[in-house]
Amino acid sequence: MIATVNFLLVRAAPGDPVSIMAGEAGATDEQFVAQLRQQFGLDKSLSTQLFTYLGHVLRLDLGYSYRQQQPVVDLIIDRLPATLLLTGTAFVLSIVFGITLGAIASRHAGRWIDSAITVLSLVFYATPLYWLAMMAVLVFSVKLDWLPAFGYFTVGADLTGSAKLLDMARHLVLPATTLGLFYMAVYARMTRASMLEVAQMDFVKTARAKGVPEGRIQRRHILRNAMLPVVTLAGIQAGSMIGGAVLTETVFAWPGIGRLMFDALLQRDYNLLLGCFLFTAAMAVLFNLLTDLVYTLVDPRIEL
Amino acid sequence: MQRSFWSRFSRNRGAVFGLVVLGVVVLAVVLGPLIAQHDPWDMVGMPFLGPFAESALPLGTDTLGRDILSGMVAGARVSLLIGVVSTVVSLLIGVGIGAVAGYFGGWVDAALMRFTELFQAIPSFALAIVMVAIFQPSVQSIVVAIAIVSWPPVARLVRSEFLTLRQRDFVAAARLAGQSTPRIILTQILPNAASPIVVMASLMIATAILLESSLSFLGLGDPNLMSWGYMVGSARSVLRQAWWMAFFPGLAILLTVLALNLVGEGLNDGLNARADGRR
Repeated sequence: MIATVNFLLVRAAPGDPVSIMAGEAGATDEQFVAQLRQQFGLDKSLSTQLFTYLGHVLRLDLGYSYRQQQPVVDLIIDRLPATLLLTGTAFVLSIVFGITLGAIASRHAGRWIDSAITVLSLVFYATPLYWLAMMAVLVFSVKLDWLPAFGYFTVGADLTGSAKLLDMARHLVLPATTLGLFYMAVYARMTRASMLEVAQMDFVKTARAKGVPEGRIQRRHILRNAMLPVVTLAGIQAGSMIGGAVLTETVFAWPGIGRLMFDALLQRDYNLLLGCFLFTAAMAVLFNLLTDLVYTLVDPRIEL
Repeated sequence: MQRSFWSRFSRNRGAVFGLVVLGVVVLAVVLGPLIAQHDPWDMVGMPFLGPFAESALPLGTDTLGRDILSGMVAGARVSLLIGVVSTVVSLLIGVGIGAVAGYFGGWVDAALMRFTELFQAIPSFALAIVMVAIFQPSVQSIVVAIAIVSWPPVARLVRSEFLTLRQRDFVAAARLAGQSTPRIILTQILPNAASPIVVMASLMIATAILLESSLSFLGLGDPNLMSWGYMVGSARSVLRQAWWMAFFPGLAILLTVLALNLVGEGLNDGLNARADGRR
């Protein structure tokens, strides 16, 4: 279904890649263009092309990047580790800090620490990701010179073992934090609201009447029950994080799928662009399924 | 009614702050030519002029010597315009689909909700990028792209409102009185579902402005319009030399989006009397 939409979008793209390529090669020869077109199968009817395309997608063949002279799948797989590392770290950071901050805020609802967390998450929720990333570069790399601003590792340093890991970790700090802060804000707000709602329920009163210690009530009774909506949201957003990574990866020159998408955008490499999009969408669907599995862990009452 | 709405709204200090900020932005749009006399595309001074260096160009100039303040005033108009129009379009889609699904129920509901879920599963920013890239960046394509990625939550909200409202007595009364189905949907149920839709709309404008700015940051803005995201994006490569070129437009986005979110919360307090007393 997504693939069909995708295909129609490819066809709607203005200017077919062949004439662009021919123009770049300096060749305006009609015959050369026709030959290229035949080579890439662009001379067949639209429905034939659609079926060919769908068949290819099922075989994980996302087409050929006419620009980079490589199959799209290879390009994506090449960039996958960097993106997974970035989004994975950002995801874990945002969940852990988001839920912690939300829990603290709800426990001290109405006091100054609650207001501070609420204001902070409102601000991060409203901050454009790319701008936050640029300001972080400005402060932490340009002014303070604490952390590297670009790339995945130090080029030419030729590090090995733990030194290499440390180098990569240092490169990861800024991109992962800036990407995670927005989502952290979302989870913090959600956890706070959800916990305040659960705290009104009867079983919490019962626990309190039984003399269960307050810390235990907060963790075992309230937080556990309040997690469900947060998990739902996190599952939906895990996939969208890869989309959001386009911005972070662009600012930090992080060699992931988002950066690949941006490059494809600049070069008008539609095959690659749509390949990336299709891949991101597939990842999002996968994460949604995983969320359903996590549900059963968080809440044993739910069965698949 | 009027009075209690305002008292509830203004009890939320954040919402009042948001309203003030929003007022300033709207004022900047209305009084644009008075605050910033320059064409945002004109070279009016030395390139790379810092902020506060020259009184005629208070926020400095960009890499081509264009006035940043003028650009920001022009960008305010674009941001608000695209934010509001795309929200209206996605409300039309979302309310339409949600109302039909919620009112009729059954297989119509099931089919429409499947359709909605499909759109929700696709990462919205990636979809917006692809759509604008393929249909060429312009105000229309940006508005359509933002509307298409943001209607599903509206549809779900409207559907759930309709599911409960359609069972109420006044709907049965209207049906007995012989009112047509479209009339019941539009004049009986929809007005009763208005408050949550209004609250959601104000939050959607905020998201739409963020989306638009992200698109133009990536170079997918309308090439004929100066926008905040474009200004930040074009300053990216000279960040080390000229912090102000990216800082001020980004701050404008932050404040506007924050203000809209705060106003949304205030509207929620104001329109939803039941939520009173719980904080």
